[in-house]
Amino acid sequence: MQFSFSEEQEEFRSMLRRFLEAKSPPSAVRTQMETDQGYDPEVWAALAGELGVTALHIPEEYGGAGFGVSELAIAAEEMGRALLCAPFFASTVMAATAIMNAGSYDQKRALLPDLASGEVIATLAAAEPGGGWAPDQIKMTATKAGDGCTLTGTKSYVLDGMNAGRIVIAANAPGGGIAFFTTLADGQGVSRAALKSMDPTRKLARIDFDAAPVELLGDAAAGAEAYAQTMDVMLTCLANEMNGGAERLREDALEYVSMRMQFGRSIASFQTTKHKAADMLLDVELSKAAGYSAASALDDDDPDARAVASMAKAAASEAYFQTAVHAVQMHGGIGFTFDNDTHLWFKRAKQSEAFLGDANLHRERMMQHWGTEA
Amino acid sequence: MTVEQVRADIQAYLKANWDPNLGLVEWRLKLMDSGWGMPHWPEKCYGRGLPLGMTSIVDEEFAKVGAVGVAKMGIRVLAAATILEHGTDHHKEKFLRGILTGEETWCQLFSEPGSGSDLAGAATRADLKDGKWIINGQKVWTTSAHHAHYGLLLARTDWDAVKHKGLSYFILDMHQPGVDVHQLKQMNGHASFNQVFLTDAVIEPEYQVAELGEGWKVATTTLMNERRGADSARKYDSASDQPERIYEEERAEIATVMAPYTWYPQRMGRVDMLVERAKALGKYDDPATRQEIAKVLTLAKSAEWTARRARAASAAGKPQGPEGSIGKLAASIVARAANLAHTTIAGPDAMLTGDDDGTEGVVAEILVSTPAISIAGGTDEIQRNIISERILKMPKEMRTDTDRPFRDVPRNQV
Repeated sequence: MQFSFSEEQEEFRSMLRRFLEAKSPPSAVRTQMETDQGYDPEVWAALAGELGVTALHIPEEYGGAGFGVSELAIAAEEMGRALLCAPFFASTVMAATAIMNAGSYDQKRALLPDLASGEVIATLAAAEPGGGWAPDQIKMTATKAGDGCTLTGTKSYVLDGMNAGRIVIAANAPGGGIAFFTTLADGQGVSRAALKSMDPTRKLARIDFDAAPVELLGDAAAGAEAYAQTMDVMLTCLANEMNGGAERLREDALEYVSMRMQFGRSIASFQTTKHKAADMLLDVELSKAAGYSAASALDDDDPDARAVASMAKAAASEAYFQTAVHAVQMHGGIGFTFDNDTHLWFKRAKQSEAFLGDANLHRERMMQHWGTEA
Repeated sequence: MTVEQVRADIQAYLKANWDPNLGLVEWRLKLMDSGWGMPHWPEKCYGRGLPLGMTSIVDEEFAKVGAVGVAKMGIRVLAAATILEHGTDHHKEKFLRGILTGEETWCQLFSEPGSGSDLAGAATRADLKDGKWIINGQKVWTTSAHHAHYGLLLARTDWDAVKHKGLSYFILDMHQPGVDVHQLKQMNGHASFNQVFLTDAVIEPEYQVAELGEGWKVATTTLMNERRGADSARKYDSASDQPERIYEEERAEIATVMAPYTWYPQRMGRVDMLVERAKALGKYDDPATRQEIAKVLTLAKSAEWTARRARAASAAGKPQGPEGSIGKLAASIVARAANLAHTTIAGPDAMLTGDDDGTEGVVAEILVSTPAISIAGGTDEIQRNIISERILKMPKEMRTDTDRPFRDVPRNQV
């Protein structure tokens, strides 16, 4: 594992941070979260074009830049910090990773370049209503139809499901075992409905499949491992995204208490405030260490990478929400108002706690893989 | 007066007078004349001078026949208590009637953006010009200000006096050009509070309450009544669903008063829903979920029993122990724990809201409302100071803001 970023990585982070400070200030977040689409196509085009973040971890032979999970995680962290409203997580982190892990050479050649360029937005539909992201919670099973397959059933909590032009689906293969399938979002038998998302900066959809013809990605026998590998990358990026948000909340709360006077003195001078600020730093830094280590472990093919990815998500789930609760508290009454920005991150923290499985689920997944070959 | 006499008197009065077909105000006026509306108030002020302990007998008899009482909900009771204790005869004559009939509503203009936990740091100014008080400043967290007729105002009249001695207390007519009320939207989407901007608002000198510089003392009366009446002022009861005219009018009144508080039960964490939700979502047998629910139930039940011990001690006339002071902090810890348990139970549904979350948005509202409990009505930090300094008698925080003219005390400029 690497315990420090290279100069190139630091430079990439600074460039992205400058871009997001300009393009995704809280005022822009508020504008986008009120729309159905939930993102600004111009900002998306710039992210894909000028910054090339949609191509980051996709291999060069498929139109990508060939970087690793560490760079992808840096992008996620900065976007979480800025609370960027964009389909990056759905399309780049989720769908592209699934295609990379499961698709055949020809499928990757066919599908990935459009995702790398940002021209096509894709998403991954895995969890089902009332279910979750653990493999045993995925019940949908493909049916053989001629040479191909069809899917019937409902997927829910699909990130940017209404924005996606392509959908990758995790479902059981006709012979059993998780595999990835794909279809165009406007394909036959596919219908979508927007869901009311508790975090308005992250749009969700329900997708119904009614004997929808789908293409199996790669070899179904390798699907379970492809799903697990994809989950490792998603968890790692989500954890880093959450840590970015947590750090931003921590910094904003510290700035606020340093400015706020009560009882004739700065409230930052009260020991209770200082101790809380110190605890917040501890929570966020510990969680960041887990998030960075998960990315590095994946890039190094470390045998503990799977366990560390789940550890990072479990740690971030608790650190982010705890930081959000402290951040509201440090702002006092004003922190509970809609005009104050704290709640924007608070809601992302709450939603991310559940997204891809909660801390309990991932502590269990971690224990199943700790000290074993991934 | 013995308990039996009081009971017989009120029974006789209700038998002779109670009629659900009367109008709400019409009935309340009768009640006020009889003194049975506020039996513990003095006889010359719509009361009967009964000891406070006997009012529960009167309440019981009202409940037996379904009789409606005088208006008691909201800030009006605090206004009434403050006016009774510190007001002039003119104040009593002018305001108590409208308070008890329910025709006039009140709000409390104490908190400011720059004085929250530090309430005595109020910086709204009252300046005497041409024989009238001219008010400038900003108040916040004001429930009911958007429909209130009058406001209980704490304003600074002397900037050279020390903090607590430079405040005075006024009754502000809310319906005037200098009073600008804006709703304050919360992170959970509700707007239970207002901001009130005061720009050259005018108060006639006769609506000053108590002496100049005694505003903090009067405000303490208001706040003590707020604490005492917290339960009764914010009851979640609905009115009787009987068809008679008076009930219909009372239902409308309650709906108006309670409208800002529909999310209040959710901010407490809705511990009552945990087991039922876990069963409905098939999580009741999951060991990790069970542990979380059990922890919340342990906290919530212990907090409830602590409150009961405090009430039992008070009913038995025993001196109050620490159990009376830890309730608010305990509620805050319960609410946080319940938020987490609800998230665990909901699973991915915690990502949804409104009619998509399976509870018509109730759980989503819990998840984004519980932080209020740790802030509203005294932050957790202030509660911990109260517990450590007043109950545990630990040394007080060193103060640097109470020994010098208020104008020299550092504060934020809003």
